[in-house]
Amino acid sequence: MRLPTEPLSDLSQDLPKEAVIDMAKRIDVGGLTAYYGSHKAIEDISMTVEPRSVTAFIGPSGCGKSTFLRTLNRMHEVTPGGRVEGKVMLDGEDLYASAVDPVNVRRTIGMVFQRPNPFPTMSIFDNVAAGLRLNGNYKKAELADVVEKSLRGANLWNEVKDRLNKPGSGLSGGQQQRLCIARAIAVEPQVLLMDEPCSALDPISTLAIEDLIGELKERFTIVIVTHNMQQAARVSDRTAFFNLSAVGQPGRLIEIDDTERIFSNPSVQATEDYISGRFG
Amino acid sequence: MDISPTTAPPPPQDTRPAPLPTKAAARGATRPGDRIFLGLSRGSGILLLLIMAAIAAFLTYRASIVLSENEGNFLTTFEWNANAVPPVFGIAVLAFGTVVSSIIAMIIAVPIAVGIALFITHYAPRKLSGPIAYVIDLLAAVPSIVYGLWGALFLVPHLTGVYSWLNDYFGWTGILEWQGGAPRSLLTVGILLAIMILPIITNVSREVFKQAPQMHQEAALALGATRWEVIRMSVLPFGRSGIISASMLGLGRALGETMAVATVLSPSFLINASVLDPGGGTFAQNIASKFAEASEQGRDALIASGLVLFVITLLVNGAARAIIARRKEYSGANA
Ligand SMILES: Nc1ncnc2c1ncn2[C@@H]1O[C@H](COP(=O)(O)OP(=O)(O)O)[C@@H](O)[C@H]1O
Ligand SMILES: [Mg+2]
Repeated sequence: MRLPTEPLSDLSQDLPKEAVIDMAKRIDVGGLTAYYGSHKAIEDISMTVEPRSVTAFIGPSGCGKSTFLRTLNRMHEVTPGGRVEGKVMLDGEDLYASAVDPVNVRRTIGMVFQRPNPFPTMSIFDNVAAGLRLNGNYKKAELADVVEKSLRGANLWNEVKDRLNKPGSGLSGGQQQRLCIARAIAVEPQVLLMDEPCSALDPISTLAIEDLIGELKERFTIVIVTHNMQQAARVSDRTAFFNLSAVGQPGRLIEIDDTERIFSNPSVQATEDYISGRFG
Repeated sequence: MDISPTTAPPPPQDTRPAPLPTKAAARGATRPGDRIFLGLSRGSGILLLLIMAAIAAFLTYRASIVLSENEGNFLTTFEWNANAVPPVFGIAVLAFGTVVSSIIAMIIAVPIAVGIALFITHYAPRKLSGPIAYVIDLLAAVPSIVYGLWGALFLVPHLTGVYSWLNDYFGWTGILEWQGGAPRSLLTVGILLAIMILPIITNVSREVFKQAPQMHQEAALALGATRWEVIRMSVLPFGRSGIISASMLGLGRALGETMAVATVLSPSFLINASVLDPGGGTFAQNIASKFAEASEQGRDALIASGLVLFVITLLVNGAARAIIARRKEYSGANA
């Protein structure tokens, strides 16, 4: 198994010692523009995401929140025509450098999707173990430990410990989403990206996930896209507001600041308009 | 209840939703179009069943006459003298040849077809995948006699080298031993059948792989799966029952293929451990080559052998269904 402390490429062999010990990592984005074919979806985005914190992305739909999130773990280029310009630095290492293998980036930066997507052909156990098995190097007993630890970490263990060999698709929507979180954290990523992880869930499951996010930020850098402003206010430390000037125009980052400030006293008028429900 | 003389007491049914005016309306068949369509579809369904029952009854009756006169054992005799009086014939060699040549065809065709289907859906650039799919479709449209002629005129002469190579390296297994006769054996038939069933298996698998849910492929990608690992984790498990169905369609064609086999195979009424040496025939090939010169009794014997092929095909399909059903709760259907 690739150790989390191992650098993505030879480029960063000289990382500072502290960064190697600390699992959560800081992301610096510089001048990032992403395209779908010839359509420019987001333009010139720069921001810093602090380690061991929750950063929320808010903004009207179509402004490119998901697109931007997917550029952070190089999932954007999987879409046909998907193309990225600019820099994403993970603790000083450029994820888009030519020596970097996107497969390794995705092992380091985990992702949870809008719709819960456990592998339907796998049991609950195998779903959580899937990422470890990809990495290859594991022992059987070790695997069971990691699965239990991850399911506990996702607050799901008590609900599924008697049915680990049942298919994951038999769980409720909220349980499936927590299963997906367990699957993502089982490989010990340094960053966890979540794209509207609660939008398909009922309020109780949503609360369960929000609590979980509060616990996970002790260990991971978390970025969450949400449509729900109360959710952003509840779970995040920092909030980034995205907007687009008109339909068909690329989305831009309007401002990023401490969540408290964004919701009480944002520095840009558009942010205040959006938060107070005047548009979007 | 207040019963006033001026208004009729409401009948008890009135508390329920308004009843439909007639029985026919309740079945939704009042419109003439519906009635005609219902009659037509029901009629043709019944007609179809009747025709099939009649055919089955006719074939079984004809077969039973000649079977009762058979001097040999229908299942174990290595001989086909159905025109003789009394007749002596058995299907052992035919069953062997049919099953073995079809197994060879499946072993060759299924992996290649699945590979091509995956290449078209998941590897090839779009510019390339269209033309490849088109060529595969063209292969499916070639008549089987053309495959047979190609097999006899091109494949057979060119297989001598392959046969001697197999004999050199794998002759010790016994299965791939070669005495040096013309390569018109079960292996050649299997190879030809593999080419013939490749398009159908490829096309069905391709359609299934195309349906593999994007969300599960992205889930695998986001875990750091390579392209092949994405296929292994989400596409192949999703397509599993589709691959089985596709293979069964191919197998059905291989089991029943007549002209191509009859053109290429030199049948023999003995069983040989080696698939490179003469040994075995197939049901369909045997019927095609014996039918013209068969007496009425001989034809009945051929019909009997055809019924056995029918039963084998049914068993194969049943087995495939059982395999598909066994892991249904894990299929993508309840995702
Ligand atoms: N797969 C795609 N192909 C082409 N355009 C896309 C695709 N996904 C998103 N877009 C476009 O990119 C822009 C941003 O979309 P998205 O990132 O999904 O916004 P959000 O998540 O903020 O709602 C939109 O204009 C959308 O139409
Ligand atoms: Mg989105």
